Amino acid sequence: MTVQPAMPKCWRPESKPHKFCPGCGHGLVLKALGEAIDELGIQDRVVFGCDIGCSLLSWDFFNVDSIQTHHGRTTPVMTGVKRANPDLICIAYMGDGGGYAIGSQHLVNAATRNEKITVLLALNTVYAMTGGQMAPTTMPNQKAETAPYGRDVEETGYPTQGPEMVAAIAREGAYVARGTTANLKQLKSYIKKALKNQMEGKGFSFVEALAACPTNWRTNAEKTWNFLQKDMPKYFKVGEKKVPGAEEKEGQ
Amino acid sequence: MSEKLITEEKRVFMTGNEVVAWAAVAAGAEIMYGYPITPQNEIMHYWTRLAPKYNRKFLQTEDELSAGFTTVGGVMAGRKAFTATAGPGNTLMQEPMSMAEAMRLPTVAIIQQRGGPSTATVIYSQQEVTMTTFGGNGEGLRIVYSTANHQELFDYTIKAFNVAWKYRFPTFVLGDGYQAKMRESLTVYDPEQRGIELVKPEPYVGKPGTPGVDREPGHYRNTYNVEEELYEVLQDYFKDYAKMAKEVAEYQAFDTEDADVIVLSHGVVSRGAKEAVEQLRKEGKKVGYFRPITLRPLPEDQLKELANKAKKLLIVESAQGQFAKLIKDVIYGSSAEVVPFFKPGVGITTEEIAAKANEIL
Ligand SMILES: Cc1ncc(C[n+]2csc(CCOP(=O)(O)OP(=O)(O)O)c2C)c(N)n1
Ligand code: SF4
Ligand SMILES: [Mg+2]
Repeated sequence: MTVQPAMPKCWRPESKPHKFCPGCGHGLVLKALGEAIDELGIQDRVVFGCDIGCSLLSWDFFNVDSIQTHHGRTTPVMTGVKRANPDLICIAYMGDGGGYAIGSQHLVNAATRNEKITVLLALNTVYAMTGGQMAPTTMPNQKAETAPYGRDVEETGYPTQGPEMVAAIAREGAYVARGTTANLKQLKSYIKKALKNQMEGKGFSFVEALAACPTNWRTNAEKTWNFLQKDMPKYFKVGEKKVPGAEEKEGQ
Repeated sequence: MSEKLITEEKRVFMTGNEVVAWAAVAAGAEIMYGYPITPQNEIMHYWTRLAPKYNRKFLQTEDELSAGFTTVGGVMAGRKAFTATAGPGNTLMQEPMSMAEAMRLPTVAIIQQRGGPSTATVIYSQQEVTMTTFGGNGEGLRIVYSTANHQELFDYTIKAFNVAWKYRFPTFVLGDGYQAKMRESLTVYDPEQRGIELVKPEPYVGKPGTPGVDREPGHYRNTYNVEEELYEVLQDYFKDYAKMAKEVAEYQAFDTEDADVIVLSHGVVSRGAKEAVEQLRKEGKKVGYFRPITLRPLPEDQLKELANKAKKLLIVESAQGQFAKLIKDVIYGSSAEVVPFFKPGVGITTEEIAAKANEIL
């Protein structure tokens, strides 16, 4: 048995410790991503794009070429890179506000066109970087800065079901899954499959990862874990939503 | 299939949009990203017909935000990438172009101006001057060529790719609906046959070797933690811009030496201005002609000189003073009186300009 190094090889030691708050889900998603890149041996071909949101704190996170873009616009920037140089493996990393609100037209159309890129989205139910406003994914009755009495679904609708939406739009060849930072092994396996899907030129790949934001949730370690592990999956069902050449598998 | 679209110089009769597509192929543009909007559509139509024959690519995006940001991605991958838009599309284009400004990316955008504000008309205007020169939340760190005829559309589209990649500022060719849709004669040529060297693009991402092992990773950002960090970066940009400006600023002028009134115009309006000045000179009137070809950067020294020599500057444009604002900013404190002649969103004839110049002589 080989011993897993504490830090993925493609992480950039000079930019560690990273800039996320303690207990933040972003660091865990990027750990799963780092290990996936290592295991696939693609550090020399990856282009990592990060959005505006707390994801931007990862602009120098990896020893891979990286582009920090605008809020919601990482999907088209990575699409542009991939279309111009298909040998590169393009990863668009963003938050739920970036992917499902301001950049939703890009996500929908990249999926429709079956762009050969991988979108990785950290769902933390809030606009974290701007201070915890309501996001498209805020849970019913969950409190947020712009929903101080809790999200009223009559007024503001229900949380976006991202992977389900993408799976419905994307055609054969696409890979779509929802993982969680509560199960990093599974999340890594989804990210690996998504990247492989891109490398094999099959189609669009999309992985959403449930992630914690203890700072804006204002939760201690126990409450953070409970929200991430018990409350969120009630609404956001973890599992693979679309796998090339297979029937849809609903997981866990 | 021949490798080159233009193997030898020839006279052609084309619409401006077709000219742009030909020029982009001749300039070695590798990929276009675009979203339909009148009056630039035919740039995409001609490009998509030419592209597969010359191993070029095209992507039709979901909007102009995406067209601009995919263009940003294309240049970062090391390809000569471009887009084209107009009017409300140009409004959306400002967000990606501000990223290009912030990160010194050599994007090329062709703007075929239409009426504004809002949807207005699909026909013609010079109302996208402010937006194209100083749009976005930035400082106007851009290069903008305002063309007047089809020969210039061809010449300056080729030049746009060269200056963008040489100086790394987002570059615009500012045309309009008249130039886009009109047919006109011009000479097309292969730039290299004419001794014009085509600047080679270079990748920002995806260079050879493993980052962190064989080379440093490319880490590109437009966000800074502290004010001083941003301030320093911008000071360097301003220095580069000023240096570039001396090499890039272009203009045309005649009969300005002894002129009492100088007619100032840009783009397609300068055709009428030129004829008007020629006519008045024949009648012995002391009128001169000046036309900046670059609206960013402007030929500042020449403008200041004019504004201290002539009695009056007649500024003519198909907008309510957008071009005049740029000029007035440069010549502030000079002795000449500025006389406006603005017709926002409509064409201006030779006769109208001549009459106005006569009136103020
Ligand atoms: C065009 C634009 N609008 C708004 C903002 C402000 N803004 C910065 S980060 C952010 C929210 C990010 O939320 P999310 O995408 O969920 O990422 P998180 O911080 O939660 O990881 C917003 C609205 C911006 N930078 N650009
Ligand atoms: S605010 Fe939330 S999402 Fe942002 S770094 Fe802190 S914990 Fe992470
Ligand atoms: Mg969020």
